[in-house]
Amino acid sequence: MDFVSDILIPVASLAGLGLIFGALLAVANKVFMVKVDKRVADISEVLPGINCGACGYPSCSAFAEAVAAGKAPVNGCVPGRAEVAEKVGDIMGVEAEADERFVAKLACRGTEDVARDKLEYYGAADCRSAMLIEGGPKACAYGCMGLGTCVEVCPFGAITMGEEGLPLFEDELCNGCRRCFKACPKDVIRMVSVNAEVDVACNNHDKGAAVLKACKVGCIACGKCVKVCPEDAIEMVDNLAVIDYHKCTNCGACIEACPTNAIVRLSPVI
Amino acid sequence: MSKSFSGGIHPAYNKAMTAEIPIADMPLPDKVRLPLSQHIGAPCKPLVAKGDTVAMGQKIADSDSFVSAPIHASVAGEVVLVDDQAIEIKTDKEKSRFSGAAQSYNNQGELRQIIREAGIVGLGGATFPTHVKVTPPEGVTIHTFMINGAECEPFLTTDHRVMLEQGQEMIAGSKLLMEACGAEKTIIGIEKNKPDAIEHMSKLIADEPAFAVTGVQVKYPQGWEKQLIKSLVGQEVPDKGLPLDLGIVMNNVATAVAVHRAVEYGEPLLNRVVTVSGSGINKPQNVRAPLGTSVADLVEFCGGLKPEAAKIIDGGPMMGRALSTLDTPITKGTSGILVFNRDEVHLFSEDPCIRCASCVDACPSRLLPNYLALYVKREMLDEAEEINLMSCIECGCCSYVCPSKIPLVHYFQRGKQEINARNRNQ
Repeated sequence: MDFVSDILIPVASLAGLGLIFGALLAVANKVFMVKVDKRVADISEVLPGINCGACGYPSCSAFAEAVAAGKAPVNGCVPGRAEVAEKVGDIMGVEAEADERFVAKLACRGTEDVARDKLEYYGAADCRSAMLIEGGPKACAYGCMGLGTCVEVCPFGAITMGEEGLPLFEDELCNGCRRCFKACPKDVIRMVSVNAEVDVACNNHDKGAAVLKACKVGCIACGKCVKVCPEDAIEMVDNLAVIDYHKCTNCGACIEACPTNAIVRLSPVI
Repeated sequence: MSKSFSGGIHPAYNKAMTAEIPIADMPLPDKVRLPLSQHIGAPCKPLVAKGDTVAMGQKIADSDSFVSAPIHASVAGEVVLVDDQAIEIKTDKEKSRFSGAAQSYNNQGELRQIIREAGIVGLGGATFPTHVKVTPPEGVTIHTFMINGAECEPFLTTDHRVMLEQGQEMIAGSKLLMEACGAEKTIIGIEKNKPDAIEHMSKLIADEPAFAVTGVQVKYPQGWEKQLIKSLVGQEVPDKGLPLDLGIVMNNVATAVAVHRAVEYGEPLLNRVVTVSGSGINKPQNVRAPLGTSVADLVEFCGGLKPEAAKIIDGGPMMGRALSTLDTPITKGTSGILVFNRDEVHLFSEDPCIRCASCVDACPSRLLPNYLALYVKREMLDEAEEINLMSCIECGCCSYVCPSKIPLVHYFQRGKQEINARNRNQ
């Protein structure tokens, strides 16, 4: 065995190749360097990672990039609430102002016993499909059909189907991502501020007599609430009472006055 | 081997209930309600106002759009309601007599205009305006005209009865339609479960060299335009294409009769033959009903509903839609009113898909209903469009064969609607 040709030359040539490639890599690293904003990774880390889309971006990482680029506000993550906003604010080095929190509420109290059905529905168990059959099984064209599309789309399990045929919204679990709001074909889900304590739980824009034919607890546009409200916070828009929450003081006079109990007091949200 | 297409199903046909009974003429109802959109295309705009007196056959609504068909008063009387949905006329039974004169024409264009002015649309149920169908685009030559007498929907026998009772008028109408679209020959396609109609038609065309009658296999949806063309001439209409691409125009039996009457008597489309059938009706039969007659009046004429009646369908059992009220008018597209008893109405809930692919075998459009349903359920519209959701003809074969009772077509209708809405917004 020849020491030089069998050991020294291979070792030396391999070491030489290593040196050359190493040098190439070092140069490439400098020349082709991509600047990565470390904050994007950090922000992604603190986001919930459910890709709900409530911020207006298609995914959590897209939102993180937008925040790092200064295009999105640090408190833009809706389901993350104040907690995440604060963390993102820390990473970005700014003070995060907590936005008003909104939760999804059903603007309908038409349970099976009070709202009449106009047909028996046996199609696909999905609200959007049921809409194709004469606008759904309920006599009220505006009310909740109770087929549970909102339950299915909620990423937080905040909505469950109640025993009386209407979905129940768990305020604590609701992070305000608006998925149910967008999916509902009847537009009967509303985003209500957690500070609100009074809500008109009806979505019917028909005149009073037509409402009563379909449902016993609908807003009949009688205008009593408008009259009793001491703050002038209620307005009758298209045959439906609408509360201006900037004026409402949660006094509850309208709840007392409503003859069909369409205005309800909301339980306080923690 | 019978002439046929791939896929399809063999439901119970149940046609015997009405196939032997002659068409009954229904007396004029007290009131008619004529929807402004009884056809595919632009809805009409009313030409009359509340309080106007209209004559029978008077044009009461029309549209400037090419793809549309005017609407005529099916009775004489007073207009009692005009809104953006419909026109209602209170019947004056004394004055309700139609008078018109034979129409003359000098060229294809004038003939098509007569067809348009008569408000004629495809009476098989698709309600596509006939004058549009017989107007081939520039550069397209039509060589064959076809009459669709397949009538593959269970229970329905309107085309069957019309062929037997108005065969001569149908042949005359076919000649006019042939002329309007410039075809040289006519093929009449009839499912083999109507041997009397095939025989009758064969006799009528014995001296007509341009005509041929072909019996086709009894299979649903044989009466769908593209499937029947495949059965009759062995050629497939391209996906998203039209029979025009093969130089073919097809019309329904009753449409040809209507065209004949429009030219021969100057009579617009005033009535249509409707099959009233099913276990829940006292006197099943075919009825020639004025357009705009309410289902309630029609049912009353047929002896009323049986006490066990539970479900009413507008159209055939495969493609029709359930009605929630009898206060619905008969329109140009109403081929049948079916009433079923409670014990016949199958109420079921959907089970999970077991991936048996029965629906794939049954689909006459050779789609993958199982994946389409999955995509629509998951709101994956792009993917659904990619595997040709829009080519679904909503025939219902997939839902019919599904062992898990998944209402597949219902999902597809929703998916198609969502895709259409999205494309409109873009």
